[in-house]
Amino acid sequence: MSTTRAVSTTASENASLDRENLAGQIYAIRLRRNIRNPKWLFWVTFKYLTLLLGAVAVLVPPYAVFMASFKTLDEYYANSKVALPESFFNFDNYIKVFTDGDLGLAFFNTGSILLISLFFTIVFGTQVAYVLSRFSFFGKRLVLLAYVIAMVIPAVTTQVATFEVIKALGLINHKASVILLYVGADVVMIYVFLQFMKGIPLELDEAAKMEGASYFLIYWKIILPLLKPAIATIVILRTIFIYNDFYFPLLYLPEQSQVTVSTALYKFTSVFGTEWTTISAGIIVILIPSITVFLLLQKQIYAGVTNGAVKG
Amino acid sequence: MYKPTLKQQQRIIVFAFLALPLTLLFVFSYYPASQLFYLSVTDWNGYAPTKDFVGLENYLYLWEEPDQLNPLLVTLYYFVGAVVQLVLSLWFAVLINSKLAGRNLFKTLLFIPFVLNAVAASMVFQIFYQVDGAFDNFLQTVGLGSLVQPWLMDPDVVNWALVGASVWRYLGFNLILFYGVLQSIPQDQYEAAKIEGASEWQQFRWITLPSIKLVIGLQVLLAFVGSLSVFEIPMIITKGANGTKTFVMATLETAFNFNDFGLASAMAVLLLVIVILFMILQKVLFSEEKAS
Repeated sequence: MSTTRAVSTTASENASLDRENLAGQIYAIRLRRNIRNPKWLFWVTFKYLTLLLGAVAVLVPPYAVFMASFKTLDEYYANSKVALPESFFNFDNYIKVFTDGDLGLAFFNTGSILLISLFFTIVFGTQVAYVLSRFSFFGKRLVLLAYVIAMVIPAVTTQVATFEVIKALGLINHKASVILLYVGADVVMIYVFLQFMKGIPLELDEAAKMEGASYFLIYWKIILPLLKPAIATIVILRTIFIYNDFYFPLLYLPEQSQVTVSTALYKFTSVFGTEWTTISAGIIVILIPSITVFLLLQKQIYAGVTNGAVKG
Repeated sequence: MYKPTLKQQQRIIVFAFLALPLTLLFVFSYYPASQLFYLSVTDWNGYAPTKDFVGLENYLYLWEEPDQLNPLLVTLYYFVGAVVQLVLSLWFAVLINSKLAGRNLFKTLLFIPFVLNAVAASMVFQIFYQVDGAFDNFLQTVGLGSLVQPWLMDPDVVNWALVGASVWRYLGFNLILFYGVLQSIPQDQYEAAKIEGASEWQQFRWITLPSIKLVIGLQVLLAFVGSLSVFEIPMIITKGANGTKTFVMATLETAFNFNDFGLASAMAVLLLVIVILFMILQKVLFSEEKAS
């Protein structure tokens, strides 16, 4: 029994090997023919050249900052800015950004703002989407319209008046200010959730209703778990947005005790003056979480960005 | 039998699930937007209890003092940059979508700046563009030393330098949108075209381009709105010096530094109107395209 299976496996392996060989040979023949074609050669070279130039353009600026973060200030000014540092084990700059630059506090503040905002964004977003996609009620079209029109208003222009609202609520220098704005003024999430709701069959709701489940239970036990992929998309999009946002904290959280990663780094030029090596270390510290998360969740991030933009 | 209770239940859940989100939407989106129009006809200074009605004075001031509108022209640099960025990203997207060694590596590299922190990314360029900084040193290293110049000091160059930083940061976003649509074009269309002997350009012109028309429209709109609302890059790198102040920066400065919320609101209304007009224009162009 086992021998026959082994034999058949090798046979199929051989067949696939042959096929690979054949594909390889065809490829080699094509390549040999193409390489003699100057037009083809020109295009291939041109393609890779542009990609290479693009890659260099992307890499050189952060590369220089990375190198600077390991240099002493004297070394930075004495040598070429694109040269390697004397030692990659000089962590003085990195220590300094945490002791003198308040980066620890900044990460704590951004972290708490992020977690609370995400929580409410998910709760409100899924609830609104559930109600809008499952019930018909008086004023439903109006609510939908309200979300459509809100998307057209660019937040960047309305802050002059939003400032008055935040001030009237007494929330300047309170994290609640930016949390409310992150949660309340985000409209794209409604679309992502609504889109996903369409894919959840109504029969599931009906069946649960037959069993005597309340609407809240249906939302909690059926809809919410099925919305997980949409929630993941929103978490990714909002995390990138909130971690990277500079505008809201600059306006509403000016006090030093409320710095976020963005505003803490922004203040570096006044704290460290022209100590570009220390500033470089601060930049790298703030870039590392983004790059790590991106490399881990690349696929989801591509999908999330595409969804968010096309629906938004 | 259960109908009345279900009906009641439904009313409760609709109310419970919508009340807070809608309140937030109105307080932080609609109220400020409407308040903007109201403030724009007052002389409010940001803290006084009274707001005196001044009619269209703020708008007239914008009209009579074109200096106030100069930052609007800075938008043009970024719009040119955005067009270049669109063309480049489309080129790279087509390449990455074709048979290519290391396509994932290139995709990752080109996209990654988009997910980076805005302040960190801007400060990378603040350091990169310094006099005798990394950019100059890099140019000297590759034998282009003649191009070296004070990138952030020369008013003729600085806006283009900032546009470069902007293209660096946002190209990946366009790339991913284009790539997503390119992926959705059925491969057999290309196979058929190849059999018919269509060149790569013909394939692009007659298969790819028609399929990505809608996305191009969307991206032009995003590019336009983006150019109008540029803020972080010039704010962080030059603080608006040497003629790099953008309209959003000028608006915030008028409000928070000069305490003229009335005038700042008028500027914000102007920006809002331009953005909405462009959106309508784009919608009209689109429906016509669809009809023909």
